[in-house]
Amino acid sequence: MTPRRLSPHGVAPYLFLAPFLLLFILFVAVPFAGSLWLAFRHGDAATGLAGLDYVGWHNFRFAGSDPLFWHSLGNTLMLTVMAGVPQHLLALGLSWAIYTRLGRASGWAGFVCMLPYVTSAIAIALVFMTLLSTEYGLINRWLALVGLGPVDWLHDELWVKVSIAALVCWRYAGWNTVLYLTALQALPASLLDAAAIDGATGWRRYWYVVLPQLRPMIVLASTLTLIGGCQLFDESFILAPDGGTSQSALTTSAYLYRLAFVNGDLGGATAMAWLLLVSTVTLIVAYQLLWGRGLWRRMA
Amino acid sequence: MKRCLQAPIAACALALLSSAALAQNLTVAVFPKLDEAVKLALPVWQQRHPDIPVRLVTLGYADHHNRLATQLAGSTGAPDVVGIESTYLGRFKAAGVLENLAMTPYHANRLEAQFVHYAYTQATARNGAVYALPADVGPGTLFYRKDLFDKAGINEADLTGSWASLLDAGRKLKARSGLYLLANAHDMKNLYLRAAAEEGEGLYFDQAGRPLVESPRFVRAFELARTVRREGLDAKISPWTNEWAAMLRSGKIAAVGSGSWFAGQLSSWVAPDTAGKWRAAQLPAHRFAAWGGSFYAIPKRAANKALAWEFIQLLTTDPKTQLATMRAPALQALPALVTALRDPYVDTPMPFFGGQPARQLWRHAALATPASPLDRNDPVAEELVNAALDAVLFKDKDIRAALRDARTQIEQRIRR
Repeated sequence: MTPRRLSPHGVAPYLFLAPFLLLFILFVAVPFAGSLWLAFRHGDAATGLAGLDYVGWHNFRFAGSDPLFWHSLGNTLMLTVMAGVPQHLLALGLSWAIYTRLGRASGWAGFVCMLPYVTSAIAIALVFMTLLSTEYGLINRWLALVGLGPVDWLHDELWVKVSIAALVCWRYAGWNTVLYLTALQALPASLLDAAAIDGATGWRRYWYVVLPQLRPMIVLASTLTLIGGCQLFDESFILAPDGGTSQSALTTSAYLYRLAFVNGDLGGATAMAWLLLVSTVTLIVAYQLLWGRGLWRRMA
Repeated sequence: MKRCLQAPIAACALALLSSAALAQNLTVAVFPKLDEAVKLALPVWQQRHPDIPVRLVTLGYADHHNRLATQLAGSTGAPDVVGIESTYLGRFKAAGVLENLAMTPYHANRLEAQFVHYAYTQATARNGAVYALPADVGPGTLFYRKDLFDKAGINEADLTGSWASLLDAGRKLKARSGLYLLANAHDMKNLYLRAAAEEGEGLYFDQAGRPLVESPRFVRAFELARTVRREGLDAKISPWTNEWAAMLRSGKIAAVGSGSWFAGQLSSWVAPDTAGKWRAAQLPAHRFAAWGGSFYAIPKRAANKALAWEFIQLLTTDPKTQLATMRAPALQALPALVTALRDPYVDTPMPFFGGQPARQLWRHAALATPASPLDRNDPVAEELVNAALDAVLFKDKDIRAALRDARTQIEQRIRR
């Protein structure tokens, strides 16, 4: 009987895999398992592991009955839509304009579009905070010139959401523009030429020829926006650090942070994090079913 | 051959031992500003223990306390001395991760009379345990712009005589100068909630941990806040934002209720150019309130408890160290040590307050402030009470209904 060999290449493949596996286990698998363990325990983190008692599904029941959790989930979804829809409409328009008007300079335009994305969220949020100041902000000054305002951008329940959505939109529209631009640049020129020969120009060409070709990228980009929106933290945390008036700007991520690190309820916060994960995955699956296959075809 | 090796081996062993001795140090974990206080004590410590350096670990205010939450419960790596701000002290006391300083060999309860009553009491538990020693105190103060109130014909007695007179002063100020009395109606709620708490009554909970949010104190605080908002006496802005600082600088907001520590913030970065225009006054209706303060404690898992205790005593019971923290321009911390509070320096005029010896006022307030116990769930209650007030201010919800809902939610959160 001959001993079984792991692979014809010996241990080499495993050595090549080792760095990834090690990092994956350390920074993904262990925290994931740890958070699952925590989700079924309750106690103040300051008391240590010994102070965290097993409580079964209690944390999940608490999350289900906590009005603030549902409120924060509603805020998160609303902000995702308020920031996401205009962000993609803007990106689609911008990418088409860059593609058709700028020619070789489109590379530079893409670089400029990426600037808000690579700039520190904290720095951007602080600038927005100054711009949106009720008393001294530039936006209200401009509004005053046309006889409007002042608008309480950061304290009114609705306007604070609009402000956060505008900030998120401004930050990520460029990133999506670059995604769409890449997809446009991959389109075969013959397709657009054929459309032009057939008499499809302007808006008709864009709607009936270009947009359907962009479908895979639109679905991918909007899925990324959906995931990012569900995890929204920085922008709302800076513009409304205490959650805003009547907690109208409290996102679920910000609430989890508060629950875990201010109130010391790691178990409750982790259970909510799992619920957020489940909600996000459900949303994405539903979204893929809706837009990735069925509805788009029917519309087209 | 063996002899040849003996000398180098002995030298190596000696070097290793001495490096091990050198490696012994005292780790002190604090938040910004408090690190300055620790630095002031270092020369004395180095004279006493030249062989034991102090390793100072400073993190941002929230980060420091968040880190402590996990660090103190861990099996290794706990600092020897930790600085804790009063907002967080209730939680750490309840977690059982701090050394009981009333026990042997510390006997900190012997030091009780040396400290400001309310601060010492906040560091203790009902069973007599002492979990920390107070370093500085922040008695509640009404900071106001004298120049603006003078212009509107309002004097300090009008401002602080009673809660009604404070509102009247705000109305006059608004009518005559168009200025705001306060930054936010929440400030009025906070001012009253703190000032009206009696000895032994927690800010949000009684000593048995039951929420007090439906008590007349909360109803009155909400009524005052609602009046401020309805009559346009507040600027409707959030404190500690750029806009808030700008309005304080430009004189659009005329008064701020806060702890005495706010004097340092006001004169250093909030509104340094307004020097001479501000004054400090006692809280309205001749009330006194605890409004922040810092403490030092020893974690149960600290490695050098004896040295840590010696260092804490140097920081808190040595009058020279305590006075140095009060004199340091970057700190201006009001000592928790009574002998330091009685130093003649307290009577010196403060240029930022137009020559007013404001520290005298703070000394009086610190010594008269009733002890309000800290509860580990204070941050939870604060968050839900603020949301309840928002519902009253923005949605015109009935005050008692809002407080009833807040109580239900607090109970739901703390009884888990």
